[in-house]
Amino acid sequence: MLRRIFAAFAVVLLAMALLPFITEIHPFQELSPVARHYAEKGPDELGGANLVTSVIVTYRGLDTLGEVTVLFIATAGVGFLLRRDERDEEESAAAAGTDESGSAGNSPRPASELLMSGSMLLFPLLMLFGVYIFLHGHLTPGGGFQGGVVIASAMLLVMLSRVSLHLNHTVLGLVESLSGFSYVVIGVVGLVLAGGFLDNRILPLGELGNLLSAGAIPVIYSLVGLKVGTELTNILETMKSEEEL
Amino acid sequence: MTLGTVIGFALILIGVWGMLTRSNLIKIIIGFSIIDTGIHLVIVSIGYLPGRTAPIIDGAVDKARAGLEVVDPIPSALVLTAIVIGLAITALMLTYAVGMFREKKSLNIGDYKELKW
Repeated sequence: MLRRIFAAFAVVLLAMALLPFITEIHPFQELSPVARHYAEKGPDELGGANLVTSVIVTYRGLDTLGEVTVLFIATAGVGFLLRRDERDEEESAAAAGTDESGSAGNSPRPASELLMSGSMLLFPLLMLFGVYIFLHGHLTPGGGFQGGVVIASAMLLVMLSRVSLHLNHTVLGLVESLSGFSYVVIGVVGLVLAGGFLDNRILPLGELGNLLSAGAIPVIYSLVGLKVGTELTNILETMKSEEEL
Repeated sequence: MTLGTVIGFALILIGVWGMLTRSNLIKIIIGFSIIDTGIHLVIVSIGYLPGRTAPIIDGAVDKARAGLEVVDPIPSALVLTAIVIGLAITALMLTYAVGMFREKKSLNIGDYKELKW
């Protein structure tokens, strides 16, 4: 009870601290000068129709590189923390050996017909949709991160319907490292050929609104999409193999 | 102030309340996710300007008048970053929960007294 009173007290204090943000800060009526520059000059400077993408991939590309790094470190952390010690594996193998009769009942039940057929129907569509989202990141809402999440959800569907399936970690790791590496290489190429790190004007800007426009933005976003997709698939795969312990 | 800001702050408070009063580790992580969502909503609502449209140059937005017709693209970009990082942090926290459960076979935060003072 006392704990709840303290919690309520803390929430009330926090609410009082947040109150000035609601009562005393008035929303902008105009864009700030930086945002104004992005909105007015952005399409001509970078050739991207989606201004949010221009900001993420080019104007603040370094932030996005940091973000991808955070995601990578989190994935590595998940893999590291869920790693099974050799001792644990021996123990579970010994447990399985003494418990022969029970182990047959422990083997995963195959997925239902509905889930199998549904995932087989949806998997290619989801993959295609994910690729569509990250290829059109500079034209429509969406981009590498969203497309990567859609791809990971397609992989999750496959993992749900085929419980015994194990994904090839080498291929996942290879795709992930190669896309991350190429991302940095493109950034450095921008430093040499264009205005700065991650500058997208190393490729022709093209016509505003076309698929092949906005310089290197579609390339960078595709790499980010591949990287995020494989990273999240890796997390899911690690958590799934943990469940089989 | 806008409705989005108020709802965002309300979500933050709900999340803090949940984190402080629940003792199940999974529920604490859910509370964290609610705080996360509330913060995203607040940031997006800061960039919202009444009567304007999404920052994408297409048929609806004239390129020459873009500065007067679109909302602020920077908060949207920041929130996109924040969502991805929130996802990564949630996955990491769930992993810690799995590790803690493996150690003591309990998800109750009261059973972990090592860091209590």
